[in-house]
Amino acid sequence: MPLTPILTAHWDDEDSHTLTGYRRHGGYDMVAVTLNSNPDDVINLVKESGLRGRGGAGFPTGMKWSFVPQNDGKPHYLVVNADESEPGACKDIPLMMANPHALIEGCILASYAIRANHAFIYIRGEVPHVIRRVAAAAREAYSAGLLGKNIQGSGFDLDLVVHAGAGAYICGEETALLDSLEGRRGQPRLKPPFPAVAGLYASPTVINNVETIANIPTIVRNGADWFKQFGTEKSPGFKLFAVSGHVERPGIYEAPLGTTMRELLDYAGGVRKGHELKFWIPGGSSVPMLMPEHLDTPLTYEDMGALGTMLGTGTPMVFDETTSVVRAISRWIHFYKHESCGKCTPCREGTFWLDQILERFENGTAAETDIEKVDEICKQIAGRSFCALGDAASTPYAPALRYFREEFLAGTHTPANQLFDPVASTVFTGAMA
Amino acid sequence: MTVTTPGAGTPATQPLDGINVSVDGIEVNVPKGTLVIRVAEQLGVAVPRFCDHPLLDPVAACRMCLVEIEGQPKPQPACAITVTEGMKVRTQLTSEIADQAQKGVMEFLLINHPLDCPICDKGGECPLQNQAMANGRGETRFDGVKRTFPKPINVSAQILLDRERCVSCARCTRFAEQIAGDPFIDLLERGAKQQVGIGDDTPFDSYFSGNTIQICPVGALTSAKYRFRSRPFDLVSTPTICEHCASGCSLRTDVRRSTVLRRQAWDNPDVNEEWNCDKGRFAFGYQADGRIEHPLVRDESGELVAASWPEAIAIAAEGLKAAGSRSAVFTGGRLTVEDAYSYAKFARVVLGTDNIDFRSRTATAEEADFLAAHVAGRFDGPSYADLEAAPVVLLVDFEPEDESPIVFLRLRKASRHGVRVASIAPFASSGLTKLKGSLISAGPGQQPALIASLTDNVAASDSAQTATLLREQGSVILVGERAAQTPGTLAAVADLARTTGAKLAWIPRRAGERGALDAGALPGLLPGGRPLDNDQARVQVAGEWGIEIDQLPPVGLSLTEVVSTVHADNSALASAADPTKVERSITALLIAGVEAGDLEDPASFLMAVDSVPFVVSLEQRHSDVTQRADVVLPVAAAAEKAGAFTNWEGRTQTFGQVLRDALTMSDSRVLAMIATVAGSQFGRGDIAEIRSEFRRIGPWSGNHTHMSDVGSVDTIELSSGEALVSTWRPLLDRGVLQEGDPYLAATARPVEARLSRATADAVGATEFVVVSTDNGSIELPVTITQMPDGVIWLPTNSEGSSLRVELGIGQGSVVRLSGGAA
Ligand SMILES: Cc1cc2nc3c(=O)[nH]c(=O)nc-3n(C[C@H](O)[C@H](O)[C@H](O)COP(=O)(O)O)c2cc1C
Ligand code: SF4
Ligand code: SF4
Ligand code: SF4
Ligand code: FES
Repeated sequence: MPLTPILTAHWDDEDSHTLTGYRRHGGYDMVAVTLNSNPDDVINLVKESGLRGRGGAGFPTGMKWSFVPQNDGKPHYLVVNADESEPGACKDIPLMMANPHALIEGCILASYAIRANHAFIYIRGEVPHVIRRVAAAAREAYSAGLLGKNIQGSGFDLDLVVHAGAGAYICGEETALLDSLEGRRGQPRLKPPFPAVAGLYASPTVINNVETIANIPTIVRNGADWFKQFGTEKSPGFKLFAVSGHVERPGIYEAPLGTTMRELLDYAGGVRKGHELKFWIPGGSSVPMLMPEHLDTPLTYEDMGALGTMLGTGTPMVFDETTSVVRAISRWIHFYKHESCGKCTPCREGTFWLDQILERFENGTAAETDIEKVDEICKQIAGRSFCALGDAASTPYAPALRYFREEFLAGTHTPANQLFDPVASTVFTGAMA
Repeated sequence: MTVTTPGAGTPATQPLDGINVSVDGIEVNVPKGTLVIRVAEQLGVAVPRFCDHPLLDPVAACRMCLVEIEGQPKPQPACAITVTEGMKVRTQLTSEIADQAQKGVMEFLLINHPLDCPICDKGGECPLQNQAMANGRGETRFDGVKRTFPKPINVSAQILLDRERCVSCARCTRFAEQIAGDPFIDLLERGAKQQVGIGDDTPFDSYFSGNTIQICPVGALTSAKYRFRSRPFDLVSTPTICEHCASGCSLRTDVRRSTVLRRQAWDNPDVNEEWNCDKGRFAFGYQADGRIEHPLVRDESGELVAASWPEAIAIAAEGLKAAGSRSAVFTGGRLTVEDAYSYAKFARVVLGTDNIDFRSRTATAEEADFLAAHVAGRFDGPSYADLEAAPVVLLVDFEPEDESPIVFLRLRKASRHGVRVASIAPFASSGLTKLKGSLISAGPGQQPALIASLTDNVAASDSAQTATLLREQGSVILVGERAAQTPGTLAAVADLARTTGAKLAWIPRRAGERGALDAGALPGLLPGGRPLDNDQARVQVAGEWGIEIDQLPPVGLSLTEVVSTVHADNSALASAADPTKVERSITALLIAGVEAGDLEDPASFLMAVDSVPFVVSLEQRHSDVTQRADVVLPVAAAAEKAGAFTNWEGRTQTFGQVLRDALTMSDSRVLAMIATVAGSQFGRGDIAEIRSEFRRIGPWSGNHTHMSDVGSVDTIELSSGEALVSTWRPLLDRGVLQEGDPYLAATARPVEARLSRATADAVGATEFVVVSTDNGSIELPVTITQMPDGVIWLPTNSEGSSLRVELGIGQGSVVRLSGGAA
């Protein structure tokens, strides 16, 4: 399938991040018209487009919006999840750097649809340059009368707050994000009530990913049928595929859903010269790995699900034969242990335990019984933790063991660094020689 | 709930709007909104749990209670899932998935647990231990390095935290936030480092902190008072009722080798639910130390010397009998119902006097009137449950958090469910803030007028809503004992209740006051609230007591009146040409459990005690009164006898003898011995006999008296530099029953004076204020508070602020203010 530069179409304009740059290509053109239409029409349009959330779970966006109770007398909120912190996920941050106005326009349209007069963009705290850029774009939008009171004479008011997180992966989980935004310690909330009913400040709230919201202006501008011509029936539209790892040209490739990994690899110039594909991961670190034989499966929610993995954030990671699977899994587990919020037992204690055993595999000091033990610990976490972070921590090991058991066996006697030179898998490997 | 066991047929009564669910194949019908874990409980299926607590909002954090629910891909937390129609639940008893899930969670909980059970206070009564045995695996597979913390840390002077034992169930933190409203503890850090902690300068000084120890499912929280003192299986436990206040908490008192080591809140859904306050939990040291060990009598040289029981009883009997109707009886407010009844009967039958008063505090005729008309022997007042259903609860001169903590907790629960609370008080206390209550601001003396404005429904706009709500069905007025200190307040309150139809309750501070009132320990009142001047009442009581009607004395004197009578006797004697010709009106006092420092005028009271020729004191510990007595008879403390207390609701709750081998005797037994020697028909003074006699008399079913007119009240004009005193006792202060518990005392609120900005500026009190009267002066730090000008609030009896003893003042007194040294 060909690339479909839509969100990314003008990223190489020098001023793509400015209001002028965005407007040059029709940006904000639909705002005035839309704000004078019936908000329900916007919800129906998004429903009809079949747009699914780009934050990982793929929940139908229009449906999510329609859960917000109307005429309930409470304020409504739109919250944009820009906490992008998952290892491997790198699409929202480039989008916000290159085209923040697409996100802001999306916020205006989405807020209008759900009757929110207050929107928040929650950006992970470690990326001040992104925070500055989005804040600057918001200022531009305010001075152009696109935000604030009575936008474009429509009578619709919207205030937009750019909020910096404090550096916790868990604050990307939507309810933990809400707690964090309210000034509390970020831990997931018990559901129900769902955010659509009682979210931020116990009021109806829609939480969407950056890319999801940035898609909205394109749909409003071009219509649902136009959107549906891309992708498959169950996964309509296009996607920012952020390909990283051992490829010649890592980066963002915008293509229809249903594009295969083989095609994406081609766009990215293939696996590093002189190396071959060992395994790959379709989404961020939270989804199970796939092998070279899976390269021709379409990258859709449904096809990835059928393979026992997930499309996730649609940010594939590619690993060549220099990679130690043990080290990779150990790093991820260490990440989850470090990021576990501590609320529930399986994730808090399970990742603490897993981390110690995986370190032993990495050092070549594991016992053979540890191989099954880790598998059982993962099973004791999966499906039993409070939120999806625990699930994410428990999923990488089983497929890794299925495909690369011998590496774990080796971990009972030989350190991973002796089997796989860590430098060989880095980008600077040549420079070290 | 209706239970249908397979094959048992359909029961006759099926709730119509219930939900049908099945647990392990047993079908039941339960109310909508029931949590799965509660359904299982009702069926006798114990789903293991840590974070679940029926009185706390669910968090589903520990994941111990996972069960299988048909149609759900993952096991679900039974503590957080409400039932839906047709739901099929399978617990660990019938589901391999649930069983495995629970075993897995248990294994996780134990990997970082120190397993120091042999030295842990909780060992032997520990939900983690118990459930690890029931729902865990025998062997651990963890062979790594456990998480450790330096141990323990003080989250308050009383409460210690061993963080490595904590299972992060958040029961303690949710209790602090949801129940007590004192969120001084919270979970900090994340992941395996998550731990309970406090802010830098904010220790967990909550009046209710001890409850967290009890609900902690492991031994992470312990008290300085009990830590390392005993193992649970070495304790002998007795259900008891707290002797500290009129809330009436059910407690469990734990004893090891004849020493009380611990008290815990006991489950009493109608009263304290599962909570109590720290005073009730930790203040029992007074029972152990400094007790009077044997009878004392005054010898010829005027010294108190040890005496045998027969000797002391004989002297007491002889002296009291000689005084007869010229004696008076003061019983304090801490007696059990049975002991109060014994004094009430002793006064009338043995001494032939009605001079008896249980009020060892400021006590007025208006109050006696009010109590006789609206409280004594009446059981139509509001209950704890009524507080939760009231449209509004109005507090008058009553600070529940300090003066009746479980009333506070129930009001907090009510306010979380939308019940409105309003308070007539000088300022919005922290307690009122936690109740989301509204303040009807009143300086001392202004209460009657404000109450009248509610009665006449002409209240100022901010309290107009209260006036309206009070007229709705089920509203409640709670008036504190302090109301007696402002003339006209109690009369106005009675009027308000009558006009609005609101239910009215009087809440004294002490555990024994309501019981003593019902027992007849007040002039003019016979047991059961019977007016002494009512013929039918006299017939009933005289019949039960086996005396003639005319042997009952005429209406007697209150404590205040007795004291002034004694002073009048003294002046008459002093000015008489021939003192031998002057007859004293009062020649003997029988005093039990009276702290002079609690009275309106301690010095005048002690002078009176000094001058009355014969004084018998029944006491547990030495006091200003025992020093002045001619005969001192030691009596049992609460733990040494069985008895009952009647709480503010009028609910009488009995308790057993905790220290079963105690040799001390109850007041009733000692009175019976005196009566026997005095040759009166009194009874044996044993508890069963007293209870059945009191029950036979029962509450008065005739008309209650009416309050007489109070008349107009003088307003006080303040000169410059003067202020009116508003005061009550914080829960933790210098009360005698808190002696011997230093950790508890260390959690008391800081002692401070409250003034408005204008009042403070007018006298130049920036950081400290000097408060003086002709009796003396004290200096306290100032907390500027939004309150009426010309008023100063002071704690009644705290360290450095003993108003009665040091300044001779109370509520409504006038003091002089000046700036203190910074
Ligand atoms: C541990 C964890 C981290 C998450 N981090 C992010 C994130 O950084 N950005 C994001 O959009 N969604 C994240 N999610 C998913 C959100 O909870 C939520 O599903 C999403 O924001 C919904 O937006 P969408 O419907 O537009 O996809 C995370 C979920 C979990 C469990
Ligand atoms: S799975 Fe549990 S401990 Fe882990 S992040 Fe979610 S709530 Fe926190
Ligand atoms: S200290 Fe006890 S009650 Fe508090 S969170 Fe830890 S285990 Fe739970
Ligand atoms: S609230 Fe009153 S009755 Fe309950 S424990 Fe405290 S002092 Fe005792
Ligand atoms: S008891 Fe249900 S999750 Fe803790």
